[in-house]
Amino acid sequence: MTTYRTIIGLEVHVQLLTKTKLFCGCSTTFGLPPNSATCPVCCGLPGTLPVMSRRAFQLALQAAVALNCSIASFTKWDRKNYYYPDLPKNYQISQYDLPFSSEGSLEIETSAGTRRIGIIRAHLEEDAGKMLHDEYAAASDSLVDLNRTGTPLLEIVSKPEIETPEEAKAYIEELRLLLRELGVSDCEMQEGSLRCDANINLHVPLRGIRFQSCDEPGAITRLESYATNAAFIATPIIEVKNLNTIRGVERALKYEAERQAKELQDNLDAGVWHIDGSRTSVFRDYQVSPITRRKSDGTLGPVSKATAGWDERTGRTEIQRRKEEASDYRYLPEPDLLPVTVDEATLQRVRAQLGELPAAQRVRLQAQYALTANDAGVLSRQGRAFVAYFEAVVKPCGDAKEACNWTLNDLLSTLNERKLDISACPLPPENLGELIREIKATGLNKQRAREVYGRMLDGLTAKEAIDKLGFKVVADEGQLLDLVRRAIAANPKAVADFKKGKVKAADAIKGFVMRETKGMAKTEVVQELLMRELQNTPG
Amino acid sequence: MTDLTATELLQKQAAGDLTAASITSAFLNRIRQYDPALRAFLHVEEAAALQHAEAIDAKRKAGQPLGKLAGLPIAVKDVLCTKGRRTTAGSKILQNFVPPYDAHVITRLKDADAILIGKTNMDEFAMGSSTENSAYQVTHNPWALDRTPGGSSGGSAAAVAASQTSLAIGTDTGGSIRQPAAFCGIVGMKPSYGRVSRFGLIAYGSSLDQIGPLAHDLRDAALLLEVIAGHDPRDSTCVNMPVPEYTKMLDQPIKPLTIGVPVEFLPSPSGSGAGGEGAGLDPEIETAIRAALNVYESLGATIKPISLPHSPYAIAVYYLVATAEASSNLARYDGVHFGQRAEKFAGLIDMVKKSRGAGFGTEVKRRIMLGTYALSSGYIDAYYLKALKVRRLIRQDFDRAFAECDVVIGPTAPTPAFKIGEKTADPLAMYLSDIYTISANLAGIPGISIPCGFTKAGLPIGLQILGAPFTEEKLLRVARMHERETDWHKRRPPLE
Repeated sequence: MTTYRTIIGLEVHVQLLTKTKLFCGCSTTFGLPPNSATCPVCCGLPGTLPVMSRRAFQLALQAAVALNCSIASFTKWDRKNYYYPDLPKNYQISQYDLPFSSEGSLEIETSAGTRRIGIIRAHLEEDAGKMLHDEYAAASDSLVDLNRTGTPLLEIVSKPEIETPEEAKAYIEELRLLLRELGVSDCEMQEGSLRCDANINLHVPLRGIRFQSCDEPGAITRLESYATNAAFIATPIIEVKNLNTIRGVERALKYEAERQAKELQDNLDAGVWHIDGSRTSVFRDYQVSPITRRKSDGTLGPVSKATAGWDERTGRTEIQRRKEEASDYRYLPEPDLLPVTVDEATLQRVRAQLGELPAAQRVRLQAQYALTANDAGVLSRQGRAFVAYFEAVVKPCGDAKEACNWTLNDLLSTLNERKLDISACPLPPENLGELIREIKATGLNKQRAREVYGRMLDGLTAKEAIDKLGFKVVADEGQLLDLVRRAIAANPKAVADFKKGKVKAADAIKGFVMRETKGMAKTEVVQELLMRELQNTPG
Repeated sequence: MTDLTATELLQKQAAGDLTAASITSAFLNRIRQYDPALRAFLHVEEAAALQHAEAIDAKRKAGQPLGKLAGLPIAVKDVLCTKGRRTTAGSKILQNFVPPYDAHVITRLKDADAILIGKTNMDEFAMGSSTENSAYQVTHNPWALDRTPGGSSGGSAAAVAASQTSLAIGTDTGGSIRQPAAFCGIVGMKPSYGRVSRFGLIAYGSSLDQIGPLAHDLRDAALLLEVIAGHDPRDSTCVNMPVPEYTKMLDQPIKPLTIGVPVEFLPSPSGSGAGGEGAGLDPEIETAIRAALNVYESLGATIKPISLPHSPYAIAVYYLVATAEASSNLARYDGVHFGQRAEKFAGLIDMVKKSRGAGFGTEVKRRIMLGTYALSSGYIDAYYLKALKVRRLIRQDFDRAFAECDVVIGPTAPTPAFKIGEKTADPLAMYLSDIYTISANLAGIPGISIPCGFTKAGLPIGLQILGAPFTEEKLLRVARMHERETDWHKRRPPLE
């Protein structure tokens, strides 16, 4: 098989961080006893009416603006009609043809660099309840928990512009970071406050396909007869569901892409699938033909889309159903709610409140502090409060690289070990900045510096900790020269090795000096003296 | 005593001539006496009503402040939720539904110290024009027991006409207050869409449904509207506009007054420009309407022939919009969360099918199917979406009319009350019964039906007056100008 293009579009649902539901006053708290957070409105009792939560709309607006979406000045609600026991009204209040936002984008960082993924639309809707199947061994009935019913959901639909499973992962991580930073959603996949469905298929260049010739006339449109170099064939789109972790998204998509490639090859070889060059459509800047199969009436028809479930345990996707026809949701404008208008003043207010968004922050960190893209990305991923901490560390010491190292390595491990949020960090950032300044001034080595850092966590300043530990850096050249000479004398083999060109051999000699000074010799001075003395030592 | 108007009963209570308990007892007696023949009530609150009446009397005795409807029994269509009291919407599927809340209108009535005397019969889910579609019983017209009281608020209209109550609440989605008011010889008003909160009203066509008063005369209707109208944050479509004291200005005539008479509703006397729909009008009704117009002319009003060019499409538009909304509104009755669940079933889909199959009546099923079809992919553009466009044109017709007229007047219904069973086999003939009332719902404007005469056979005739949105006060005053000059509203059916 040849290389193919993976085409991925993600449909992400996030629960908004409102205290109450989208159309009633019930609590949205996760994990309450079943059906305790319900009222006649969210249970859809006859005669009840929805009333929109302004807070939910405001949060959704913030998210959409942060996603660079254009915001509709007029938006309305629609009913999506379908029967399911977790949907008490048997319709979901959603947005159909006039979503409140559309045409946005999200910038992601991958190993290949920065990419901008288009967003088709983001709209608001109410969540459904939960079905509890077989949880009570004796009962054959399914139970319904309506606590989640009516929780505000923001549905964000990406364009099919994600090209690798890694990018899909990066997209969700970036989205999660953005929405958490804005306080729009806590985006906990395990709790279902961020849910993701992925549409995936492959575009395979025709010239790369190997398939058996088929004598049945018309069964396979001959490759040579129509294909151009620009022509691709598209495998049927699979909607992968049940993606409960970010890693799961990446794994599932990787598995599904490989499965589709194999399925394509097998089905072409077996003559089950055919390529229909007469139905070409244009995708981006190239032509794509669908896969067809023979229908019961003998004609060729496109293979329908299908839904697949991801099984985290087996690491496989399982095809659940082919969608022979598109579902008909019989959308109609929700007559119980008024349309919503958004004016320019509101938008300006929302924009002003957004603050610095992660993508912009990464660019600024790189420019302002000369950080690598990777460092800026890792910092940014820790959130705004952490970045603010980092910047407060840089201020007294002026060394962004070291501030970055200390915050991302030592400080982050401390926070993780102690399960602390940056807001509860025991070490004030100025103190950490001071430590970095001390290290630079005195040449304190990393090991000793970490001991100082450890004491600082108990509330000492860098100077206090150094005093307490009795660390005094030996920087006196005369004293150190003496030690270096003794070290050279004591390590003839290392000296010989060095002379033969083994630069590393100098470390052993340096180690001697460090032992003699209990690690307090100023590294740069030792290094300089050692090199000079070695030059002067006859080989 | 039961023939008195609500206003008179209030005066007699204030004067100490009557007590709430005596009034309530009298109406309960009347219900006991006549309802076996009329079948206007689905539930009667014998004990609770009397108890409530005594509490009101005690309040009055203690000199406590009393509400505007203190001590007045009122009947409510069984489509408004009453807390802790069965509310069926005339349907088997809700035969055991006990709402845990009061509809907003019920709360308003209780706050006004009115006494809920019972819940009245109706076409199932308010779908019908004769009250024959009730899953429980057929209501008879007090003026002719072999005839329908109209519908869907037939129970409420019959109850007022038969003096089983002086006031009643109905709902109007396509004429369901005005047409039964006309058939029963009383006053019935559909307020502007958004004037009265729909919270707690079991929905049929949500963008059309309105709740309104049924009464013997305009003062009573104005009083009841005053109590139930007004803002309610639980209904987003309910407007936040002050409610005028409709009773205060009621006797002030509107001067100058220009009355638009659509050729589509009433053919011009010369026969020229006669609208096709007007041609189906019963000649006795036509005569009565012209007589009413003469009354207005004698009071100095200008009668202006106008056209509502899109009104011939109103019925078609209505049966797409209302049924589309109904197909969605009624989806919740599936036997899963509430609604009567089938006893035997195999699996979820079968349970829903059997529950709905057994719980809904024929007309409801017909409208659910119509609405589902109108919204289905491949048909929605030609049906539902086109209907929405025509709906806008109908509204524009009225906007133009009200730019040059104060009100629009015509007949409420094309015929007087028809016989029970006469139209049940022919849904389309039944639908035409709402031909003059439906466009007000589509346009969201207020409309009122007042008594304006009787046929030779002794059947009441209704005059319909329509106004611009939120001009209920003007509408009532215009209607009152006619009422002052006539005594049709004083007649009561000979029930003995």
